[in-house]
Amino acid sequence: MILAVAQKELKILFSSPLAWLILALVQLVLTWVFLAHLDTFLEIQPQLIKIANPPGVTETIVAPLFATAAIVLLMTTPLLTARLIAEERRNHTLPFLVSAPISIAEIVIGKFLGLMIFLSALIALVAALSLSLLAGGRLDFGLLLSNIAGLFLISACFVSLGLYISCLSAQPATAGAGAMGALLGLWVMDTVAADEDGAGIARNFSLLAHYESFNRGMIDTFGLAYFALFTLIFLMLSVRRLDNERMRG
Amino acid sequence: MTEQIGSTAILARGLCRYFGTRVAVHDINLELRRGEVLGFLGPNGAGKTTIMRMLTGNLAPSAGRVEICGIDLLLKPRDAKARVGYLPEIPPLYRELTVNEYLRLAARLHRVESRIIRSALAKITQRCGLSNNREQLIGSLSKGYQQRVGIAQAIIHDPDVIVLDEPTAGLDPNQMREMRSLIRELGADRSVILSTHILSEVESVCDRVQIMHEGRTVFDDSIGRLKQKGTSLEESFVRLTMNQATV
Repeated sequence: MILAVAQKELKILFSSPLAWLILALVQLVLTWVFLAHLDTFLEIQPQLIKIANPPGVTETIVAPLFATAAIVLLMTTPLLTARLIAEERRNHTLPFLVSAPISIAEIVIGKFLGLMIFLSALIALVAALSLSLLAGGRLDFGLLLSNIAGLFLISACFVSLGLYISCLSAQPATAGAGAMGALLGLWVMDTVAADEDGAGIARNFSLLAHYESFNRGMIDTFGLAYFALFTLIFLMLSVRRLDNERMRG
Repeated sequence: MTEQIGSTAILARGLCRYFGTRVAVHDINLELRRGEVLGFLGPNGAGKTTIMRMLTGNLAPSAGRVEICGIDLLLKPRDAKARVGYLPEIPPLYRELTVNEYLRLAARLHRVESRIIRSALAKITQRCGLSNNREQLIGSLSKGYQQRVGIAQAIIHDPDVIVLDEPTAGLDPNQMREMRSLIRELGADRSVILSTHILSEVESVCDRVQIMHEGRTVFDDSIGRLKQKGTSLEESFVRLTMNQATV
């Protein structure tokens, strides 16, 4: 059942130009960033060789690439999450799902899963970009995997927050703007936290601060727990919200 | 389940619904046997759609209970909903999908076994006159065909109870005829509840009629008895729904 919902989401997503446009534009921007980092690396390589323990390509190219990818996803996921519930509401298709013998939780998880599969494709493209470096050298696969895991987890957070905000609205544009605002707020919180020497309580709540440790290759349980809880809480809020709608009408 | 025909398919007792302090539906009782077609009549805002949403699990009642084939809708929503097909007033169609894709999704969501989905699809598209439109996008279909797709998604899982909210609204006379004969056909071995504004439709399709006014049942009788008594449905409708409005 969950898979049927996820499959439907993907089918509708790929039948609109939006999905393809986003895939193409994100890839374009990230390739640009990738090439810029590669250029810099090649320029400073002669000097790096002189250092005793020089940073490799994974640290100088792949990690910054994934850091940028997180910001790009922060900007683009609201465009994708906006329509999840709000559009069903606007097109009066929600009764189709609600009348079927599936629970609200299954609907929400199915929608979440559908979008995560799409974003996994996007993340796979970023990973492929990094793997292309194998043509001219060696990669630190541990660091690469930690980056992929981090990007996957942070996009799960983006999707669950966007999904919840989409539950609150009947207008996809409003839902998109709301999700974008909330995510930008979380981003700003990160820079505010960074000003305070990184020790403030705000930093513990910042999405990107937790992503940073994955970006450096450090997978800590605090980060994992934070991402998991963040995703779970917003999925649960979405279920509650849709359930309440049945109660209040 | 040997005694299928004649057993109660849908039962509602003391159904109430309030939106804030406004009473939308008050103390509705409803019982429908298999093989019966019930027509819901009433002015706009009488609570017909609200009742239908409650019967299909789209809206929780403020009080009362609903049973589908003896299964409590509020306690076991999953089992109960599997036996109901619902066509809302605005057909819930995904314009981006083709008829085939959409009906396949409906079948999967309603737990139709995957090995019989293909034959179910063929049967349903034939029955609803969609055989030549299976690969067309729903968004490109005319209103009449969209309505057919709406009906098809409501009956693809062979439900015991079919709830249709104004199924003939916006159709041309020919399409209306087709729709009515389809409803009669469905009503032969299932129970069908339909709401409409067309009184002649109720007389030609339904076995029983229930007139709603301001959230209450003001009339509940079988069409046969109405004909026996010689009272016309229109007379009763006007008398019952105008009177109360002026009181």
